[in-house]
Amino acid sequence: MSDNLLDINIRHSLHTANGTLPMEIAFTLKEGNILAVTGPSGAGKTTLLKQIAGLIGPESGKIMFGGQIWLDTNAKKSFPPQLRNTGFVFQDYALFPHFTVEENLSFALHNQDDKGIVSELLEATELTQLSHRKPFQLSGGQQQRVALARALVRKPHLLLLDEPFAALDYSMRFNLQALLLKFQQQFRFSIIIVTHDIGEIFRLADQVIVLDNGKIEKEGTPAEVFVKENTAPQDLIIHGEVLTCTQQDNQLHVNALIENKIKTLILPLHMEAEMIPGNNFTLHYPIDSGQIRLINS
Amino acid sequence: MDWQPLWLTFRLATITSLILLAFALPLAYWLAFGKFRGRGIVEAVIGMPLVLPPSVIGFYLLLAFSPSYWFGDFIERIFGLRLVFSFPGLVIASVLYSLPFMVYPIRAGLQSLPASLREASYTLGKSERETFFRILLPNCKPAILTAFVLTFAHTVGEFGVVLMIGGNIPGVTKVASVAIYNEVEALNYSAANQYALVLFAITFVILLIVYSINNNLLRVRQSS
Repeated sequence: MSDNLLDINIRHSLHTANGTLPMEIAFTLKEGNILAVTGPSGAGKTTLLKQIAGLIGPESGKIMFGGQIWLDTNAKKSFPPQLRNTGFVFQDYALFPHFTVEENLSFALHNQDDKGIVSELLEATELTQLSHRKPFQLSGGQQQRVALARALVRKPHLLLLDEPFAALDYSMRFNLQALLLKFQQQFRFSIIIVTHDIGEIFRLADQVIVLDNGKIEKEGTPAEVFVKENTAPQDLIIHGEVLTCTQQDNQLHVNALIENKIKTLILPLHMEAEMIPGNNFTLHYPIDSGQIRLINS
Repeated sequence: MDWQPLWLTFRLATITSLILLAFALPLAYWLAFGKFRGRGIVEAVIGMPLVLPPSVIGFYLLLAFSPSYWFGDFIERIFGLRLVFSFPGLVIASVLYSLPFMVYPIRAGLQSLPASLREASYTLGKSERETFFRILLPNCKPAILTAFVLTFAHTVGEFGVVLMIGGNIPGVTKVASVAIYNEVEALNYSAANQYALVLFAITFVILLIVYSINNNLLRVRQSS
């Protein structure tokens, strides 16, 4: 077969506020790649992740993973979530409230002799000092690190992340993204991440799929998906205020105030007329031509 | 004052609550998360004791337990147990009568936990059973405590069912609530008052302890 690690083709009924929608999704993921899944709320992103993890059974379809059949509704075959060896980071972190940080991690061990990986992960996520605290005694960013470390204890081949950094502030998000990439290089797993953050998609993802109403509306590399025409779901809009605007290397470097943080935007030259300091602007993805990049500053 | 009825009451309540706890945990889990048809019927049956007059339940149990009918006859022949006017009969009746008080709070406690806790445990390779005992139960301690105490208190307060199937045999079926009734019937108000006061005080103290414990547990969780 191909070098596809994950091969999915599923149908399901999505129950949303606007009634039942047919969900039909097919895509592949290459080994070691990072796939971002984005799109408006209710598009089926979380449902998709849970179907891959085996927590929800799709009504029909097939999921192949590294030559293993995880799901084949025709053959009435379904691998339980316990055997799929995915790491799952939930949007609400799902830390076990009655366990300490360390117990949350060691709960995932198959065999209590493998304590080494727990201390290794605690070290890498800078949680060693906090290992005897309970989850409610931690900040959001610390809880997120526990959730990430816990998902890695079993050395999963596939890490599934459901808007993992959405509740964190920008710098924390940036640090955790870097940590995630570091882990990915160390443990060599593939990742599917649900996110609304365009910066995150560009920083992390090799591939992106945009879901809307249970269907894949657009897929490709982040540049292909967000830089071409008429593909933007409504969430993908940036409002801000221009602070400074300079020309460098045939591009505009705009420092802008976006959601109370100063960020640098790299924009095509023809937008100069709109980027006058003091102006408010709204950017849609994709912008008419050229590339847009967000840089943390 | 004769302490025997009080002692009998608390023995009955403790045994009933322990038996019910063992039954109610799997039943509550099944009701909370199981996928099956006819859930409504099961829930209606469990909930019946909440609304039926105790005398109705007592009456049917009396018929069922009586050796003149097949169930009572069966039990008597197989186990040599007579359930009418006996302590084991009281225990079985109390278990049925207090079932909703144990099952409903535990089910509500299980359902109030975020689904992601169970899901996280499954993705970490843990079976349903291990998830239930190591993740779900420890996180609904307040619900289990509440259920246990409600069941206990409800059994202490039982009167109609006990009178119907247990009668009034000292040391066997004469529990405190029945003793109070007897004393009042005999116009022996001061003895009735003693039993009533003891029940009153003990029930109040138990509830006070439970709510204080639960409030503390909640406060710890919300202080995050």
